[in-house]
Amino acid sequence: MKILVSIKRVADPDNASKLKVSSDGTAVTSEGLEWKMNPFDDWSLEAALRLTENAAEKNARVGEVVLVSIGPNDEHTQRIIREGLAKGAERGILVESDDGNLDAGVVSAVLKAVVEKENPDLVVMGKQAADGDSNVAGTELAEKLNWPVINSAMRITTADDGKTLEVRRELDTGVATVKVTGPAVITTSDRILQPDSVQNGVTPEGHEYAKLEVGGRYASLKGIMQAKKKPIDQMSLADLGVDTAKSLNYTKYELPPARSGQTTFVEDVTDLVDKLHNSAKVI
Amino acid sequence: MANVLVVAELLEGKARKTTLCAVNAAKQIAEGTGGSFDILSIGEGAGAAAGELAGYGAGKVLKAEIAGGYTCEKYAATVAEAGKGYDVLVACASAYGKDLLPRVAAKLGAGVASDISAVHVDGGKLSYTRPMYAGNMFGTVEILTDKQVVTVRQSEFEPAAASGGESPSEDIAVQSDPAADKVEFLGVEVVKSERPDLGDAEIVVSGGRALKSADNFTNVIEPLVDALGAAMGASRAACDAGYVAPELQVGQTGKVVAPKLYLAIGISGAIQHLAGMKGSKTIVAINKDKEAPIAQVADYFLVADLFDTVPALTEAVKKL
Repeated sequence: MKILVSIKRVADPDNASKLKVSSDGTAVTSEGLEWKMNPFDDWSLEAALRLTENAAEKNARVGEVVLVSIGPNDEHTQRIIREGLAKGAERGILVESDDGNLDAGVVSAVLKAVVEKENPDLVVMGKQAADGDSNVAGTELAEKLNWPVINSAMRITTADDGKTLEVRRELDTGVATVKVTGPAVITTSDRILQPDSVQNGVTPEGHEYAKLEVGGRYASLKGIMQAKKKPIDQMSLADLGVDTAKSLNYTKYELPPARSGQTTFVEDVTDLVDKLHNSAKVI
Repeated sequence: MANVLVVAELLEGKARKTTLCAVNAAKQIAEGTGGSFDILSIGEGAGAAAGELAGYGAGKVLKAEIAGGYTCEKYAATVAEAGKGYDVLVACASAYGKDLLPRVAAKLGAGVASDISAVHVDGGKLSYTRPMYAGNMFGTVEILTDKQVVTVRQSEFEPAAASGGESPSEDIAVQSDPAADKVEFLGVEVVKSERPDLGDAEIVVSGGRALKSADNFTNVIEPLVDALGAAMGASRAACDAGYVAPELQVGQTGKVVAPKLYLAIGISGAIQHLAGMKGSKTIVAINKDKEAPIAQVADYFLVADLFDTVPALTEAVKKL
């Protein structure tokens, strides 16, 4: 099974409250924040690695994961691709573009061109990027390829090397189960990090991965050493021949209004109930 | 002048309230630009739901009956075909809207403004405000394509009120899509609850990792939830640990809520959780650690052990 995983660099999501707006209000500045792999993509990478390994044999690779990142060709983007390679992916692709030239329409067009070059069985990607929070590119990619898309996947099972997959996906009102015939795009939910989220027909059934609290697996030292030798192909948007016309134009950015008032530390339950009933009048 | 099509969201043959939030946004767009709006009722039970949706002032209600479980591949071609006659397509940014509308947009070559919190009309020109970076930034965005696709944040658009009258309805043809044959819907486990919907409850009580077990949610949190007539929510950690079902997650992923009262119990307040609840009017934190990040947004903070405090709070609420 060959899987394409898109990974985006984003300003450290855990410190997003430190973002600022440029003096003319037309740009977000993330100075002082480290660039990180979009956590949603990190989870997708974990799912893709689980689909292409035998976890009972020291995670022996039985398939191929190709990473693609679209962004500036700089040390940060390269570091993030290397991080994915160190976790176990086989190869990387860096499509060079300024962040300002990208929106979901352009990203899905670029990914379509990469899919047509690489012919993967699956694309597994974050359902959203932690910066734009749009939840759009994965579904648009699927439509542009005439492929099905399964969004917010929490559990993926395949017995035939990804040709068909049974996927449980999260809804607002419960969980749906679908059977999808590949090739397909899958975006993942938080629950894809659960110990039993992936059954690939190679790893023995019932295998449980170690519990992951926040993100995907850590790279091993060996993985980090091997990643240095793995190839990263570099290409431009022009090389891929994609239409780079944007469909969105951000005219202004603003920080959210601060919450008014201070935190009142209440003494006890009686005090809390009194404040909520008589001051805030919410109960 | 923008003519708008609202894509309704049906659940078991009835329009979810999310549909009315989208109607509210559609009215703002239509009224601001001198246009009008219609509603598309699509899915199983679309005919009956169309009757229900006829009382909100739409020019007409389109109906497309599609049997069986929802997949975006089954619906998108029909929505896109109907959408050809409109300038703006609107749905709620629920799991459904976020799944369906981008597929429709790609069919129409339209840009998507996702999860917007406000509509602006300036000289007939539309723009939208949308929260980004887990709610730490608000961007104002214009859509540059001929057609516009918009999904709206439920907590920022009140459900439209019934306006009387009865919009005429019209059946439209269901379009086929080869991609739909690639996905077979096997089933859905819908969670039934007598409690208010998390998305539009007036009071939300959420529990976190500190609850330590599903039983403690049942025995400690749920009595308070019910005493307050509230909806129950949870942090990602509590959902991941299986204490409660994933659809109760409040945060950057999961639901964004803005009730008049939000109680965060045993939740430290990671930035991803704050993204889902900091728009609440009054926020109460109950936590042993007074330095927990939830303090950044809490109006009232009770530094205490939740296992001692919450049962006492439940009893006190019952006496009100």
